Amino acid sequence: MDYTLKEMMTIMAAREIRDGDIVFCGTGISMVAAMAAKQINAPDSIIFFETGAIDSKLEEIPMAVADSRVMFGAASNSGLLEAFATMQNPNTGDRIIGILGSAQVDKYGNLNSTCIGDYFQPKIRFSGSGGACDVASFVSRCLIFMQHEKRKFPVKLDYLTSPGYLDGPGARERAGLKPGGPTAVITNLGVMYFDDVTKEMYLASYYPGVTPQDILDNMEFAVDISRAIEAEPPSDRELKILRERVDPHKLIL
Amino acid sequence: MNVSQGKVMTLEQAIATYVTDGCHISIGGFTVNRNPMAAVYEIMRQRKKNLHCYAHSNGTGVDELIGGGCISRLEIAYGGNGKAAPTCIRFKSAIQRGEILFEDYSNYHMSLRFHAGAMGVPFINTLSGLGTDILEKWGFSRELRAMDPKLPDKKIEIIDNPFGNWGGATKVVLVPAINPDVTIIHVQKADKHGTCRIEGLNFADIDQAKASKHVIVTCEEIVDSEELREKPEYNQIPFIHVSAVVHVPYGAYPSACFNCYDYDPIYLKQLSTFAKDDKLYKEYLETFVYGVKDHPGLLTLVGKEQLKMISADKRTGYATGLDRR
Repeated sequence: MDYTLKEMMTIMAAREIRDGDIVFCGTGISMVAAMAAKQINAPDSIIFFETGAIDSKLEEIPMAVADSRVMFGAASNSGLLEAFATMQNPNTGDRIIGILGSAQVDKYGNLNSTCIGDYFQPKIRFSGSGGACDVASFVSRCLIFMQHEKRKFPVKLDYLTSPGYLDGPGARERAGLKPGGPTAVITNLGVMYFDDVTKEMYLASYYPGVTPQDILDNMEFAVDISRAIEAEPPSDRELKILRERVDPHKLIL
Repeated sequence: MNVSQGKVMTLEQAIATYVTDGCHISIGGFTVNRNPMAAVYEIMRQRKKNLHCYAHSNGTGVDELIGGGCISRLEIAYGGNGKAAPTCIRFKSAIQRGEILFEDYSNYHMSLRFHAGAMGVPFINTLSGLGTDILEKWGFSRELRAMDPKLPDKKIEIIDNPFGNWGGATKVVLVPAINPDVTIIHVQKADKHGTCRIEGLNFADIDQAKASKHVIVTCEEIVDSEELREKPEYNQIPFIHVSAVVHVPYGAYPSACFNCYDYDPIYLKQLSTFAKDDKLYKEYLETFVYGVKDHPGLLTLVGKEQLKMISADKRTGYATGLDRR
């Protein structure tokens, strides 16, 4: 079955979600990925939102984390303080996987969603952290969605909004953060993981029709490509569920 | 206080009384939901200026206040508004053109700051943001802070954990309390004394209200106190915090109000188109904001058909099957 790049990205992210995970969800493709995982490979995963809704009955895709669609049939509707407490709670915090997007990511998985250029007089201003900095500070596993373009994978971020591995091994702990950090960067060309020892991004898989060199050509810094394999494309079953049950009205995909 | 009338007044009166030029303000809601939009538009109509605004992720409302030229200083975590504007458009242009002073925090930082304000403590600690530029880059200079008694001397502070490694933390970030002059929230139900019942997510409304010197509550429905007091555990804000109660049906429009109506994707999409162009946005303001007398005036412009489309389904609390493309 033919598939789009967006569908490929969604499925690659969904496969990273394990049964029993509590998935912190943003808007757009991250919401679709979490909903897809629940339908396909992790039926006992739980979706929750920084606005305070947990295990919502998502009969329709919410377009924002404050959409009334996240309030319907939830296990509980509370507020922001409760949601961020869930991420740090000693009994629930370790089960949480975050999904974030960003304007820039560096080789240690630090994110910029604030601005391009000088902070005070930016060339381009973005939304800012929202809950992203909090999620990246607190949770032990994180998926990051990116478009693969050189300017989005810079050597140095214009602004560090959300912490990844900061400047390398041990840096999170030195800064006072909990261990953990980003797990995978999922782009329109492939998937990158982070090395256990160096904490640097490396290419784990590239999509059919893409070469590792294509990926290197689309980033400012180089990554190790020696471990890369071709990614398994979405199966017919995965695509069918994605199209028929997750996003039938093509709101996101 | 006139006991029989309680704190009920018109929106025009409430804004004229409690929102003054240069005051420190926060509004309730989150991105596309339960923003007190009727109050926001009334603030714009009354041409309030130099507001100091505290925001976590208040999308539509804060962006319109910026567009209307009401805000000169902004402390904010997130300027985005769902699908219609991933980055709020007037927010973006105001910052890029250097038209407002701004300072960034995270959503948790801002929520904690309101919480500290509500509790009456000077600051609260968290582990969020260690190692990031949110801690490093201050939007308001030390000089400005020293001059203005309504600003804390520092944006943020990092200290060693005074309890050793207790709780598994070596360092903590301290964020200063916020106590706005006025907070405006929109709720589904309130009584005439200001006791509120919020349905669905409360976001940070409760702490925002309790941290504030004055609170204006706009509501879909004013109900008898007896009705709210039958189930007090469902009420989030008792009347003691509230200064004014205003009955405004569709008071969150064009943002959503759970169990009442959805956000209006048509209005929000058009607004985004207008906001991208200074001339179009000015025309939009002249027609939809300054050109109407009050919120019912805006609703008449929008039309019954469009309001019918977003009316909430009883089972789900939102407009099931609404075309949101």
